[in-house]
Amino acid sequence: MKKYLAILRSRFQTLLQYRTAALAGIGTQLFFGLVRMMIFDGFFHSSTQSQPMTSAQTVTYIWLGQALLLLTLFDVDKEVAALIRSGNVAYELTKPADLYAMWFARAFSGRAAPLLMRSVPIFVVAGLFFDLRPPASVTAGLLFLLSASVALVLSASMVVLITTTLLWTISGQGISRLAPVLIFFFSGIVIPLPFFPDRIQRVVDFLPSRGLIDTPLRIYIGHLGGSAALLAMAHQLAWVLTLLLIGRIVLMRGLRKLVIQGG
Amino acid sequence: MSQILVENLTKTFRVSRRAPGLWGSVKGLLRRDVREIRALDGISFSIGRGELVGYIGPNGAGKSTTVKILSGILVPDSGRVSVLGHVPWMDRIEYVRRIGVVFGQRTQLWWDLPVIESFDLLRDIYSVSPDRYRLMRDRLIEILELGELLNITVRQLSLGQRMRCDLAAALLHEPELLFLDEPTIGLDAVSKLAVREFIRRLNQESGVTVILTTHDMDDIEALCRRVLVIGDGRILSDGTLSDLRASVTRERWLTVDLAEDVPMVCITDPDAQVIRQEGRRFFLSFDPQRIAVADVIARIAQNYPVHDLFVENPPIEFIVARIYAERARSAVAGRPQ
Repeated sequence: MKKYLAILRSRFQTLLQYRTAALAGIGTQLFFGLVRMMIFDGFFHSSTQSQPMTSAQTVTYIWLGQALLLLTLFDVDKEVAALIRSGNVAYELTKPADLYAMWFARAFSGRAAPLLMRSVPIFVVAGLFFDLRPPASVTAGLLFLLSASVALVLSASMVVLITTTLLWTISGQGISRLAPVLIFFFSGIVIPLPFFPDRIQRVVDFLPSRGLIDTPLRIYIGHLGGSAALLAMAHQLAWVLTLLLIGRIVLMRGLRKLVIQGG
Repeated sequence: MSQILVENLTKTFRVSRRAPGLWGSVKGLLRRDVREIRALDGISFSIGRGELVGYIGPNGAGKSTTVKILSGILVPDSGRVSVLGHVPWMDRIEYVRRIGVVFGQRTQLWWDLPVIESFDLLRDIYSVSPDRYRLMRDRLIEILELGELLNITVRQLSLGQRMRCDLAAALLHEPELLFLDEPTIGLDAVSKLAVREFIRRLNQESGVTVILTTHDMDDIEALCRRVLVIGDGRILSDGTLSDLRASVTRERWLTVDLAEDVPMVCITDPDAQVIRQEGRRFFLSFDPQRIAVADVIARIAQNYPVHDLFVENPPIEFIVARIYAERARSAVAGRPQ
């Protein structure tokens, strides 16, 4: 365990040095937050129907989503991708460590470090200037923190799985391009999931992508409370376990191909 | 007692081929022409504790396939391998803890970390105890003169500096066996000598078994008492450098510089052939079993205005090139018409 924590810590420290990237990210995310807020403002003003979320809840959802954007803005792990493309990935096996755990540790810090650097400032700015409200209750706030942490693990497990598919599609044009777009759209970051049409609501509720953004955010604004909140978190956890398992199996199969075929 | 035992190892790769051109690509969509390439075709050898063995062969001969199998990252089709009592690909994690690997073409250090942090990370990955780690690290830093590099990130190191750091990285966990895959590739002369000297000391003082693959015959000449030559997936030769020489040719080379103040003449001699001439310098080859060295020298010195001369063995490059060439010729000859 210690070795994977060491990898995680070291990668985390490295990534914390990318301050310029973080600043640029904060700027962009604030800008798009404003744009999205205006769109929904227009939407609420032009609609007379009753909506699944109140205007105030939606604004908080949007800003919190901007703060946590990196949970769902995916790319494959660049360094691992380069290793796979050059065929050097086999040499990873000369280290006395579990490859899945190593890649997971990398992916986790790859998510956590930039997320931490961007989320806190955006949260503060949006809270001071753009109507990001405090959580619905103390319980909601605590459950949100827990759920966001699970979302981080979920996010990392998706990164590893998507990166692993590169073992088959070396050019990186296949699943690794398509999946991130779908995950992004169905996470709630574009349109809060309660606004989706009823017919596909059930599908959206089932997909793991919901656990990245929608679940923690709706817990925060109190849109999911009590048993609904716990149920949503159970859904998150179930997907974490499933994806960890699938990721491990897929990597094992990819490695079998690698050690037989030589990459 | 042998540390590495390899018996009858075979490995075949399947590669899909595609006919050239656009039409070929279209056909490739429907049907792939899968061809089998036999990378290893029944290889056997054994290596004892503390040996320093050179493993050489032309590109595509099966060198790195062998090294990959021995370091646990490739599974062979058939054959038996036992290294340090392990079957490398069966209990990989336990096994790789006891070996060290350096691949000249790539680094196992982390690009954006300072060297010393890469070392610390390896300590954790290999679960080395803090005391042993400090001891070994300080020793390696001293021998390889890494003191000034420790706080530089790996991406900023020159190739020679990086290779020294990589050598240290591969040895922090005190492996009993070290695989070196082209450790001097791309290095300048000074770095090459430093790396060679380090490998020699490591082998002699710490008794670490070293397997060295390289295209640089100077590496082999400077380091290896024993050389394995592989070609087309088979072991072509296994023995000391002088055995290897003797198996290919007995000839010696005589280099003669003629004096400058006399008219130019061409050397001819019944027992020595001129194989090359550069101005007033002549390279002759002769068979020392047919004529004694002293006799050739005496005769040439008598017949020609000699300014300087010396006798040497043909360089190892020449020997190896000849083995490869003979191998290729016999392959062509053996091919059915």
